Amino acid sequence: MSTRIDRPDAAPRQRARRSLPLAYLVLLGLLGVMVVLSVLRTVTGAEDIDSSGTLSATLVAAVPIGLAGLGGLWSERAGVVNIGLEGMMILGTFGAGYFGYFYGAWQGVIGALALGALGGLIHAVATVGFGVDHIVSGVAINIIALGGTQYLAALSFSGVPGGGQTQSPTIDELPAITLTFLTDPLKTLEGKHLFLVSDLAALLGGLLSQLSVLTIIALALFVGTWFVLWRTSFGLRLRSCGESPVAAESLGVNVYRYKYVAVVISGALAGLAGGFLAIVASSNYRDGQTGGRGYIGLAAMIFGNWRPGGLLAGAGLFGYTDTVRLRSGGQSVHALLLLVAVLLLVMTVWQFRRAQRVGAGISLVIGVAAGVWYLLSSEVPGDFTGMTPYVTTLLVLALASQRLRMPAADGVPYRRGSAG
Amino acid sequence: MTDDGDVAVRLRGIGKRFPGVIANDDVSLVVHRGTVHAIVGENGAGKSTLMKILYGVQKPDSGTIEVNGKPVRLGSPSDAIAAGIGMVFQHFMLADNLTVQENVVLGAERLHGIGRAARAEITRISSAYGLGVEPDELVEDLGVGARQRVEILKVLYRGARTVILDEPTSVLVPQEVDELFDNLRELKQEGLTVIFISHKLDEVLSVADEVTVIRRGTTVDTVPAGSVTSQQLATMMVGSELPTPATESSTVTGDDVLEVHGLGLVASSGRRVLDDIALTIHRGEVLGIAGVEGNGQAELVEAIMGMRPQAIGRVLLAGVDLSGASTRERRERGIGYIPEDRHRHGLLLDAPLWENRILGHQTQEPNVKGAFIAKGAARDDTSRIVETYDVRTPGIDVLARALSGGNQQKLIVGREMSGDPVLLIASHPTRGVDVGAQAAIWDHIKDARRRGLAVLLVSADLDELIGLSDRIDVILRGHLVASFDPDDVTPEQLGSAMTGAGQAA
Amino acid sequence: MTPRSTRVALMVGAPVLALVAAFLITSIVLTVAGDPAVDVWTQILSVPQSRNVANIINSATVYYLSGLAVAIGFRMNLFNIGVDGQYRLAAFVAAYVAGEAWVPSYLNTVLAIVAAVMVGAAWAGIAGLLRVTRGVSEVISTIMLNAISTSLVAFLLRQAAVDVQGSNNIGTKPIPRGSWIPGISVGSGPGTEVYGFIVIAALLGIGYSVLLNRTRFGFDLRATGHSEPAAVASGISVRRMVLVSMLLSGAVAGTVGLPILFGDAHSYGVTFQSGLGFAGIAIALLGRNHPVGIALGALLFAYLDEQANPLQILLNVSPYIVKITQGTIVLTVVIAYEVVRRYGVRLEQRQVARALEVRGSDSAAKAPA
Repeated sequence: MSTRIDRPDAAPRQRARRSLPLAYLVLLGLLGVMVVLSVLRTVTGAEDIDSSGTLSATLVAAVPIGLAGLGGLWSERAGVVNIGLEGMMILGTFGAGYFGYFYGAWQGVIGALALGALGGLIHAVATVGFGVDHIVSGVAINIIALGGTQYLAALSFSGVPGGGQTQSPTIDELPAITLTFLTDPLKTLEGKHLFLVSDLAALLGGLLSQLSVLTIIALALFVGTWFVLWRTSFGLRLRSCGESPVAAESLGVNVYRYKYVAVVISGALAGLAGGFLAIVASSNYRDGQTGGRGYIGLAAMIFGNWRPGGLLAGAGLFGYTDTVRLRSGGQSVHALLLLVAVLLLVMTVWQFRRAQRVGAGISLVIGVAAGVWYLLSSEVPGDFTGMTPYVTTLLVLALASQRLRMPAADGVPYRRGSAG
Repeated sequence: MTDDGDVAVRLRGIGKRFPGVIANDDVSLVVHRGTVHAIVGENGAGKSTLMKILYGVQKPDSGTIEVNGKPVRLGSPSDAIAAGIGMVFQHFMLADNLTVQENVVLGAERLHGIGRAARAEITRISSAYGLGVEPDELVEDLGVGARQRVEILKVLYRGARTVILDEPTSVLVPQEVDELFDNLRELKQEGLTVIFISHKLDEVLSVADEVTVIRRGTTVDTVPAGSVTSQQLATMMVGSELPTPATESSTVTGDDVLEVHGLGLVASSGRRVLDDIALTIHRGEVLGIAGVEGNGQAELVEAIMGMRPQAIGRVLLAGVDLSGASTRERRERGIGYIPEDRHRHGLLLDAPLWENRILGHQTQEPNVKGAFIAKGAARDDTSRIVETYDVRTPGIDVLARALSGGNQQKLIVGREMSGDPVLLIASHPTRGVDVGAQAAIWDHIKDARRRGLAVLLVSADLDELIGLSDRIDVILRGHLVASFDPDDVTPEQLGSAMTGAGQAA
Repeated sequence: MTPRSTRVALMVGAPVLALVAAFLITSIVLTVAGDPAVDVWTQILSVPQSRNVANIINSATVYYLSGLAVAIGFRMNLFNIGVDGQYRLAAFVAAYVAGEAWVPSYLNTVLAIVAAVMVGAAWAGIAGLLRVTRGVSEVISTIMLNAISTSLVAFLLRQAAVDVQGSNNIGTKPIPRGSWIPGISVGSGPGTEVYGFIVIAALLGIGYSVLLNRTRFGFDLRATGHSEPAAVASGISVRRMVLVSMLLSGAVAGTVGLPILFGDAHSYGVTFQSGLGFAGIAIALLGRNHPVGIALGALLFAYLDEQANPLQILLNVSPYIVKITQGTIVLTVVIAYEVVRRYGVRLEQRQVARALEVRGSDSAAKAPA
């Protein structure tokens, strides 16, 4: 969650002119999050909730979710719903494993991109070319990708030293950057457990140590996506296909071509997300490696309201919950429970003042439940942390669906010649 | 041909046929540069087809088009844009979630890019023609009038010198109409040509320089706007000779079948689409509702059918209060319903005819036995309808989609007449059907009336209204503004009431 | 040909076309990968032994239930992607209830089945409620609910768990023998019994068919799926239909895991089969939401699974190759149906036009001018 990347939040420029520059808002928001975490750490004594280790791991967990979500963003911005992200991601893990092991890490990255793009191409042919329902095509691609990689993995890796039916041998590592001269003093500072100062040190330290080039590339892709989609005429045309293909066609835009391009890029990005899992997050291809992260990416994209900045926040949040669950389990999550309770109670008051009785009621019930749970227990089972991304998304959809803004023609099959 | 120098558009002998329908026949038209030229005609007279031909959306079967004295072939909108013609569609072609600037530059990025230069150009055009368009606003946040100005700006941005507006005032409130007309006068002053399609005659006369009247697909005449009254235009539009009204004696009785009191409906935009409507229909009576499209007819019908739960007021059928009742309950009480849009509301296009026979009558004889569908009986009854109502089909297992419009409609009429309804609501029952089916449907409605059915007939076809109705109410902006006896109504009176010209006088 | 027989011919033609395409694509993959395509097909297309037949029928039963659950939604234009989560949660609850054995013998079985049906319906009902009250797409909500149920089941399993003898796995208490559903023998020798639950599955199929095609409710449901505006105009409450069909779909989904539970596993553990919900989507599409079609689709998928099993031992080819076949079938079948549908409509319109010409000439005299 570096500040440089959060700029995409400023993308929809129509709002920018009557508010503060968004870079400041984002900085302020990040600072706010750190203050809250800092208070929480002090109150509950759960030291690991924002240690540099946790935050560093969060970044690694967030990147594949974010990249998958970015894939979803490209496709849905052009009006094609892509629940085949999971399958394209699976193809990416295999592409990385195969090309990464046999040819080298960078070739693995290319392989992940290429196989993901292939999945995207199939989706595009079915949905755009043949007008098949987008969901159906996505489900089919998930089935084909899963079976296909399992077959190909067994074919490619069994009998290879270190490999097997369900996993590739170790792939060479991509270069990673650690700014030792910065991270060492930061580590010291973090160790002093000062209010806020140590937390900020942990944040910087976490972001700057063992930073894989692929992470940097992923972050650059966010900026690139924002720039291409919101600052170029290509992006304008692509988004117009998702908003109103009829209007686009009446103005001479070749709707089919833009949809094809968008869905293929979507697949490539999802493939890269898989490649990241195989090359950076672990060091080989393994069957079942994606673990539904394609769907979490989709959820992060919806959470982020089909915007790169929001998606980044969603990926960060979901990556964080995943990390917290794996690292110190019950204790940190238990601390977060308090946060959830407080946030929901604040939301209750806010909604009540805006006369949203039902919403306020729901928030109150859940908030009180979380508070009671916090007081009556000392740990939260890890299983519940695993649910966080999904429950969050459901709540966001249920409580804020009016504020979400999906592309207007998303998921609607479009036949050429509908204009006029 | 002395005035060729100032002719912007010239159409000669334009003809266009669709299967079973002649949309345009020998249309000829001369539009002078720097003028506002109105084209008026009833719904279905062929105005929109003509304009689509001029914008390259459809190709004419015959005739020639000249722009600025040169013959052109317009195969696509791009050709029309290249020839300097732009079109503002009745249904706006705008993406809500994009900004004004994005909507304007889309597809024309080559001209000024998508950034600062484009923005400057938009601001320039906007102030030059007094459009007041703000490039950074989201289209979603704009009102209808502002959206229309964005559409006009889109056209001007592409360098159009001739601007076509299809029914531009149908969606506007009076103040917005005035603003639009100011804009059009600005365009005229800058030397642009405006072609303006409408059927609101008073508005046409206030802005146009010349008026061309179209009736039944062909041009009747072109007259200078200063030399005619709206009554004269109405006569030209409708045709001087009206069909003989039903010579049959009145079957109207004193029994109230449908009573509506204080019916009101507010649209989500806050506009009152229906306001304090009161009407009564008796046994054996046909009440016609005349009005220009979009003045509340569709909402009136849907409110009576119970499809608009937000509607206020009371609806009584044969003395029973149905105000809060569901659509199904109303149907069970004996309302037959021929919807305006049969493809959307009247049929399951991908289901066979016999299943379509059941639609809307899922709880009624002979279609059901208890909780079960009585397939055999429903099929037999479908065959009866096909036979009685002369639905031309190879069988009752054909999908509804495969039938022609007229046969689909005959099936719907037959279905809605089944089960002895007490009230029939017929919304544009003969729209888009061939002449044979039209006459047959008219006969069925007359028969039903003789048998004591009450009918609410909404139509844009004045011949149909006058020929079938016992009484005609005129609806304007959600109000019932006038009531006529079809036996002695003149087209002038109807036309004036429908367009509000009578009110102004 | 009459319109009806044309339609039947097209309905059969499309899946055949899709199967041929999937066959070709699979063969190409095999050949490119260097595996012996001919030998693979020889094995897959060989006649199964009675033990294999039993296996095929058993997994087809499970697939069938899953397909049926998805199909109920499809007939309404609803995507219940959440069958997977619904059946796992339901199977767990059923296993727990049956394992506790609060009531004796078959009463226990019935109680557990009822519990499963209700849990499945309730879990799907969440998506239905969200759709009806908050306008949340059921596609997204059921995907989320799938993942939530995974975590929820894991959690609940840990609470209710007993150690499974002879392994490190944990599971619910085993169901007492008296509450098992006995198998039906289809051959001699071991492993030739099919799940007794197949009877219930068949009854559900008949019920589905009757409900959809013969009842008013089914008509309303199908009408809503065809065209929502037309349904509204005909007096159907669309919101109610959405909720009810989601509940029904979930209720059937609740039974998906039960044949395995009562016929084979007898307890719910971490190794309980997952992923059946997605296969159900494929099978419902393949079977065109028709009960017989779904049965054929389920048998085909089960057949491919079973026949591919020995490929590893016999030919050193990964049996996952049939997953490619299965996935490809789904994609090609929907494409084929779409292409055939468009062709069929055009064909029928021509037929109608021809019929009109014939009738038009002899009825011209009486047609009004």
